[in-house]
Amino acid sequence: MKDFSNRYIFLFAVVMVVIVAAVLSTAAMLLQPLQQANMIIEKKLNILSSVGVEAGKDDVFERFEEAIEQSYAINHKGEVIEGVDAFEVDLRVEQRKPLEEQNLPLFIARLDDGREAIIIPLEGRGLWGPIFGYIALEEDMNTVFGINLDHQGETPGLGAEINTSWYEAKFRGKKIFDGDRFVSIRVVKGGAPADDQHAVDAISGGTITSNGLQDMLYDNLEKYLNYFNARRD
Amino acid sequence: MNGRESDPLFSVKNMRLLKEPLGRSNPITVQVLGICSALAVTVKLEPSIVLALSVVVVMGVSNVLTSLIRNMVPGRIRIIVQLVIIASMVTLVDQFLKAFAYDVSRQLSVFVGLIITNCIIMGRLEAFALANKPWESLLDGVGNAAGYGLILVIVGFFRELLGSGTLFDYPVIEMTGLYSIGYENNGMMILPPMALITVGIIIWVQRSRDKSLIEEN
Repeated sequence: MKDFSNRYIFLFAVVMVVIVAAVLSTAAMLLQPLQQANMIIEKKLNILSSVGVEAGKDDVFERFEEAIEQSYAINHKGEVIEGVDAFEVDLRVEQRKPLEEQNLPLFIARLDDGREAIIIPLEGRGLWGPIFGYIALEEDMNTVFGINLDHQGETPGLGAEINTSWYEAKFRGKKIFDGDRFVSIRVVKGGAPADDQHAVDAISGGTITSNGLQDMLYDNLEKYLNYFNARRD
Repeated sequence: MNGRESDPLFSVKNMRLLKEPLGRSNPITVQVLGICSALAVTVKLEPSIVLALSVVVVMGVSNVLTSLIRNMVPGRIRIIVQLVIIASMVTLVDQFLKAFAYDVSRQLSVFVGLIITNCIIMGRLEAFALANKPWESLLDGVGNAAGYGLILVIVGFFRELLGSGTLFDYPVIEMTGLYSIGYENNGMMILPPMALITVGIIIWVQRSRDKSLIEEN
């Protein structure tokens, strides 16, 4: 390798950076519409999956229209906020606001048997990054109809197991109220007693993810308490 | 110089560039590089395979690009240049996966980005691509990435099979009925240290079959 002058080295670095920047930003811009479409599809699939509706990439939009009857955002007092599209609400942005100003999205699904289910988005922190999901409650605002969980980068085989169907199935039928007291659902290390209606098993080897999951359920559901109580009366 | 230019594309010498890293100069088992990612993604077979393929793409292209500009790169900033090439390739692969294979990219998540930190890639750019022509560099890059990927897939296979009792999330152990006679999954296999021990066993097997790999003390 020859010796180059400082001037050449400087120019080389500048040209290289400009070329790389151009290539990367072009790629990012060209691929962005596809990536965003993928994200919208995924979000709709996740919402549907919390009420047990199976859909594929091709029919997700139709199935979503069919199953989700209403969607709106409420405030922490349980009042509907006009002019906010629940689907567009970014929970990560909302959680940084004070509770009084947060938009709390809500999706109402009509189940096959005619009953209603209330779908509430969840957003929390796992071990390596965000964990998120959707929990569907039955009309009594108490019984869990289904849950869909996902994560950005939890450890494969350990914390990452929260998004598997066998784990999500454990939540079905659990209750978030003990009488009139809000207890949410605990995630118990070492296994929850089979008759405990307010607890599920934690994932062995995934303690921090499991704790994050428990906090996520409590923190997100707690904000809807006024809404739940109004509907429970 | 002339003699090398007339080499046929798939000459014995060129094929050796491709094949040696699979065995005798394997980046993981012989050079002991890239251990960190071998440990992180091998809990399951599928991410192991996708990561192996991604590394093949990144390494093949990076090696060729580096080789193409090898006479222009100032020696004093060559490491920075290599890093920029690798990082841009990884970013591109990541963006393409997000656009065209969204499910897979969600599964791999941070590990695609972590290809940047894979020391094998920079090692090959520095040791080979900067001094050789593009075609040889491509073979060398693909060969080394395949050698790396091979170990990843072997480790992923055993860790998923013994640790979770599945392959590609398909419950193979349950199918064989081993659980009913008291067999249990070994939870240890899921933990990171077992990746190192599995790699260690592969190294042991390889060296006992090829004595020339054993260092003299």
